[in-house]
Amino acid sequence: MAGTAEAQKQVQDVTGEYKYGFVTDIDMDMAPKGLSEDVIRFISAKKEEPEWMLEWRLKAYAAWLKMDEPDWAKVNYPPIDYQESYYFAAPKKKDGPKSLDEVDPELLATYAKLGIPIREQEVLAGVEGAAKVAVDAVFDSVSVATTFREELKKAGVVFMSISEAIREYPDMVKKYMASVVPVRDNYFAALNCAVFTDGTFVYIPKGVRCPMELSTYFRINAENTGQFERTLIVADEGSYVSYLEGCTAPMRDENQLHAAVVELIAMDDAEIKYSTVQNWYPGDKEGKGGIYNFVTKRALCKGKNSKVSWTQVETGSAVTWKYPSCVLAGDGSVGEFYSVAVTNNYQQADTGTKMIHQGKNTRSTIISKGISAGKSQNTYRGLVKVMSGAEGVRNYTQCDSLLVSSECGAHTVPYIEVKNPSATIEHEATTSKISEDQLFYCRARGLGEEEAVAMIVNGFCKEVMQHLPMEFAVEAQKLLGISLEGSVG
Amino acid sequence: MLKIKDLHVNVAGKEILKGLDLEINAGETHAIMGLNGAGKSTLANTIAGRDDYEVTKGTIEFMGQDMMEMEPHERVAAGLFLGFQYPVEIPGVSNLNFLRTALNSVRKLNGEDDMSAAEFMKLVREKATHLNMDPDMLKRFVNVGFSGGEKKRNEMVQMAVLNPKLAVLDETDSGLDIDALKTVAEGINVQRREDTAVLLITHYQRLLSYVQPDKVHVMIDGKIVKSGGKELALELEEKGYADVA
Ligand SMILES: Nc1ncnc2c1ncn2[C@@H]1O[C@H](COP(=O)(O)OP(=O)(O)O)[C@@H](O)[C@H]1O
Ligand SMILES: [Mg+2]
Repeated sequence: MAGTAEAQKQVQDVTGEYKYGFVTDIDMDMAPKGLSEDVIRFISAKKEEPEWMLEWRLKAYAAWLKMDEPDWAKVNYPPIDYQESYYFAAPKKKDGPKSLDEVDPELLATYAKLGIPIREQEVLAGVEGAAKVAVDAVFDSVSVATTFREELKKAGVVFMSISEAIREYPDMVKKYMASVVPVRDNYFAALNCAVFTDGTFVYIPKGVRCPMELSTYFRINAENTGQFERTLIVADEGSYVSYLEGCTAPMRDENQLHAAVVELIAMDDAEIKYSTVQNWYPGDKEGKGGIYNFVTKRALCKGKNSKVSWTQVETGSAVTWKYPSCVLAGDGSVGEFYSVAVTNNYQQADTGTKMIHQGKNTRSTIISKGISAGKSQNTYRGLVKVMSGAEGVRNYTQCDSLLVSSECGAHTVPYIEVKNPSATIEHEATTSKISEDQLFYCRARGLGEEEAVAMIVNGFCKEVMQHLPMEFAVEAQKLLGISLEGSVG
Repeated sequence: MLKIKDLHVNVAGKEILKGLDLEINAGETHAIMGLNGAGKSTLANTIAGRDDYEVTKGTIEFMGQDMMEMEPHERVAAGLFLGFQYPVEIPGVSNLNFLRTALNSVRKLNGEDDMSAAEFMKLVREKATHLNMDPDMLKRFVNVGFSGGEKKRNEMVQMAVLNPKLAVLDETDSGLDIDALKTVAEGINVQRREDTAVLLITHYQRLLSYVQPDKVHVMIDGKIVKSGGKELALELEEKGYADVA
């Protein structure tokens, strides 16, 4: 998703259809269909995991079996048959590619088509002046490449797939995995613990400012396959990292499940900036197909004056259920949530955040921009909670909804729980229909109908978009326009 | 350049324009004068192709093309510019971004390549300076927090950058102090060339002493009831609409 010339060109010549919907024809290693202890053993074996990891997975599986799927979100979808899905799919490899030259050319071609620079020389040959971005490319269930590892290693930064981290940094993984999102946190998180396949592990040592943006690019390719991403980022005292993730999937008539768990941990004075551009296949105009994006993302601001900032641009998926949150444990820690969620056609999004203020003088900011078009449903759901010991807490929440059609729905569901009277909580919410005057003004300056909508929507989202790293911002802006194509008239 | 014949327009089911004829040739500047509610803005919006203005009868021809067949942005690409009576605010979109998107969209419709960023900046700075616009305003969101006068000036900058064949300026003079009026008039005069035309919509004579029209039309209740030279504007000012018409 980085801003390579290729990516930008691709986005520019779109025709209005989902443009990442192609399928890569490649030999796959698949687990047997369905979910069972055996399948979990299969996954663990494929990943050459140590015994403790397998035990952990099996325990999570046992817990999941006893849990119920949540139904409180404002989303509707037919019951998921967990036995109808595949839980592991990986491009067949000969002996495990050691360098990119050994990666299957089909895969390299896929990422080239998506505009993802997984060859370092391509990154460097990208747009003039573009920043360096290190990429972890996850294809279905496995990471196929991580770039710039040597350069990062010099800075002491660990950036590798979670599968590798389990083998190479078992102590760190044991210590932090599920420390922010417990195994039983929720149904999808427990499922993820049992069957997670790949994702990224990042460790930034004390006092290190990560020398480049880190990113993971998730691609679902195989049919009927769930993707269970697991990402863990630990920022040690006084460190800083900016991490980006992007996602796409082929167009398929069946719904596919993406149930991720992302955990962030920030120590004293550390800062993590986490940006997402989520562009999973949203389904077709009639609402057929698309990804179920059921994701648990949570950050622990463990240290004093630590800071975590979530920025998300959610344009894809048939159903999104996602609440990137911050547990503000360290005194003076800061949590931010900047979100744009676009829904069109029959898409449904129930997204927002939770800011849990535990420490003294903790602060949080929530800016949410929901844009609904077509017959879609778009809900902001957010919790601001102030614990009794948390003196001097401040929160500012602003939720704006923009309606592009008259058949869509926009909903704002804020929960506020304050157990300390010293807290200052501000909440503002607006809902408006896209203005005919604005549309006509744009059109009277030469913009086509969809360009006009894209322009107004981008303006509406400005406060959020400006928090995206430059490389992402340009593409995200275009994505907003593309997602709303066919929404007017 | 612009030929309007027997134009009837309904707004919200009510007939507002009731058989209007108007012909403007290249090289000419016309003024339409009329009281509030006469239908002047309705005419301007109809020429620009706004959706809710329903043409029930008559024709509009622009540069030899039937305008009824054209989308608003296609009319702009063909060389039409509408200066709004009430310029619209677009929060979050910078003036520069707006102008650049507009210009490149028009260029694309005309089969031209995008203008380079450097060339564009040079063009906009030049036009803004010429119209006494503070360059900082280019970075601000479109019309957001602009005074009435600043909004009108912004319309003129847009016009100068887009360089239209026909500029329809709807009460561009209202809400301007005398200095701003002179600057705006200067901007309009620069736009008057042999191959362009201007249609000024106003209900004061004031602007017309700075931008001298070739023809003045009086509009009452959705029709042009009288046409004449620039002296007609003065006559209107003296005698009022009732007596002139
Ligand atoms: N969008 C609209 N909906 C309903 N009535 C309108 C609308 N626009 C204009 N009108 C009516 O049409 C008539 C002409 O208005 P307008 O064209 O704005 O006049 P002018 O610009 O000459 O002051 C007025 O009676 C006005 O109330
Ligand atoms: Mg008017």
